[in-house]
Amino acid sequence: MSIFVDEKTTVLVQGATGHQGRFHIQQMLNFGTKVVAGVTPGKGGEEVHGVPVFDTVIDAVNETNADTSLVLVPARFAKDAVFEALDADIKTIVVITEHIPFHDAMEFVHYAKYKDAILIGPNCPGIASPGKTKVGILPNGIFLEGYVGVASRSGTLTYEIVNSLSEKGMGQSTCVGLGGDPITGTTFIDALKAFEEDKDTKAIVLVGEIGGTAEEDAAEYIKEFVEKPVFAFIAGVTAPPGKRMGHAGAIIARGKGTAKSKIEAFRKADVKLACFPNEIADLVEQYC
Amino acid sequence: MKLFEYQGKELFQKYDIPVPKGKLLTSKEDVSGLVFPMVLKAQVPIGGRGKAGGIRIAGNTDEAKKIMSDLFGMNLKGFIVNKILAEQRVEVEREIYLSFSLDRSRRMSLLMASGEGGVDIESVSDDLIFREWINPLIGIQSFNVRRIVSKLRLSDEEGKKVSRIIYQMYRLFREYDCELVEINPLVITPKGEVVALDSKIIINDDALYRHEDIVMEDMGLTALEKEARRRGISFIQLDGDIGVIANGAGLTMATLDALKYFKGKPGVFLDLGGTDDPEKVKQAFELMKKAKPKVILLNLFGGITKCDTVARGVKAVITKQGIECPVVTRIKGMNEDIAKDILKDAGLITTTSLQDAARRSCETAAGR
Repeated sequence: MSIFVDEKTTVLVQGATGHQGRFHIQQMLNFGTKVVAGVTPGKGGEEVHGVPVFDTVIDAVNETNADTSLVLVPARFAKDAVFEALDADIKTIVVITEHIPFHDAMEFVHYAKYKDAILIGPNCPGIASPGKTKVGILPNGIFLEGYVGVASRSGTLTYEIVNSLSEKGMGQSTCVGLGGDPITGTTFIDALKAFEEDKDTKAIVLVGEIGGTAEEDAAEYIKEFVEKPVFAFIAGVTAPPGKRMGHAGAIIARGKGTAKSKIEAFRKADVKLACFPNEIADLVEQYC
Repeated sequence: MKLFEYQGKELFQKYDIPVPKGKLLTSKEDVSGLVFPMVLKAQVPIGGRGKAGGIRIAGNTDEAKKIMSDLFGMNLKGFIVNKILAEQRVEVEREIYLSFSLDRSRRMSLLMASGEGGVDIESVSDDLIFREWINPLIGIQSFNVRRIVSKLRLSDEEGKKVSRIIYQMYRLFREYDCELVEINPLVITPKGEVVALDSKIIINDDALYRHEDIVMEDMGLTALEKEARRRGISFIQLDGDIGVIANGAGLTMATLDALKYFKGKPGVFLDLGGTDDPEKVKQAFELMKKAKPKVILLNLFGGITKCDTVARGVKAVITKQGIECPVVTRIKGMNEDIAKDILKDAGLITTTSLQDAARRSCETAAGR
């Protein structure tokens, strides 16, 4: 099993014909993902690596059996793209786009809830279940099939951690990038709930960072509802207050969102914490 | 982006939120058309201006001139004053706090109010702060405003005025893509007028493209940070002496943290992002050199980015322009072996792990 996506997932790519779209459609096909359609307004009738391109999401859904959308369109068109996918009853949407105004994200996150859809991102690398499917831009070469579930607020740092797990022979059930923005559709709690229910996940790794209280909220949830062992790394111990550390969401504002507060919360929830990214693999090996 | 008080008040006027009658002064001579007594407020992007001597009262033209010559050019917590907002003094009967901000956990707009305005809201005890969450799909409703206003112990007339201001603040918050719209204090005068005495507005950087009427002041950024912003590089100056270049915000933060673990002090956060473009790599190193770190730590993970392409870019810029400080590198991922050879060949220090790289960087910075 896996969470949110699996081998049956059929993917359409919004923003299919640009450089990024073409590259990542090829990468996903190589991973084994069923990419069934692309959508770029005005480019209907073209093909990208054998995948048919449509002008609208509804056309793509009617002509193919796409149930999941990967959004790669530029930030200023992203809100419209997500609304279009939700309107066409797409049930899982992965938004890669960075720099989407958060008021836009707030609207589409709530509309996704109303439509009972799963929305992952924005500003995330996507989701991968090794041996099954990948919906996103995560590098193919780092994954290995296995039993560790990974949920993270960052990109490269997650690749690093996944890679070190794979090098030690500890594969992943699913790795989900939640996104580095202040507003994300899927949170640590959603991922924890899904991993706890997933039979193939035996250990859970969370990669958090400064900003907001997602980790503190997750710690409360773990205390009450999670039986499986949880491991975590928190980035930003050295981040000064008021500075945005690369990600829009990585900012200590009005005293909230410090690494210290997150580390303490996790400690109280009996989550094992790593000092360095590669220590996660050592910890998982030790406890599982 | 944080707005200056005067910019915020211009927006308040646009949204019909009452502010004191005032005038923005940009030079020492500019005193015409002022009514006394007046308050002269230094325009700097920090809190606690009053305590630091940035807000003064003038009773006549001579006093105003004296205060202006004191304030202009003054260094207030690192910011040089070059604009003063002169306002007619408002009599205060009561001070209220109002704000709209983002609740990240609930993913909704948050309206906060308190009858204890005029002080830092973080110092107000929680049971005196009232909160309403606004779902973006339905927007602000009358019941939200009623529930808040009923707790502020206002007369009917005052309540009506405050309610209208809350609606207008919400419109401003949404229409200008704000992270924060705060009025502290909102003043009730002895005559029952309601006036916004201060303004604090932060606009979401990612939405600035659709608010071209807002003049960018890049407040609080260093000269190098401004240059980086122009070049589209994620670059933050800190108070240490080790410059970090890594790819991805999370990995860059983790690299700074590793330095701290070995008692080093990070001086620059530079996130290369997902690029291996030699031009970007060159620009990154140029910026880093200007920050004059004692050591540069380059930490890369090549997932889709190929390590050897970045390494070639680094080698090119270093052989061409030279480098004044040691560069410690740690490279992992696609084509890492080729990359390591290239970097070693360029005279850089190569290491096998982040811990090793961080330790060596700290030792080098400390002159060991």
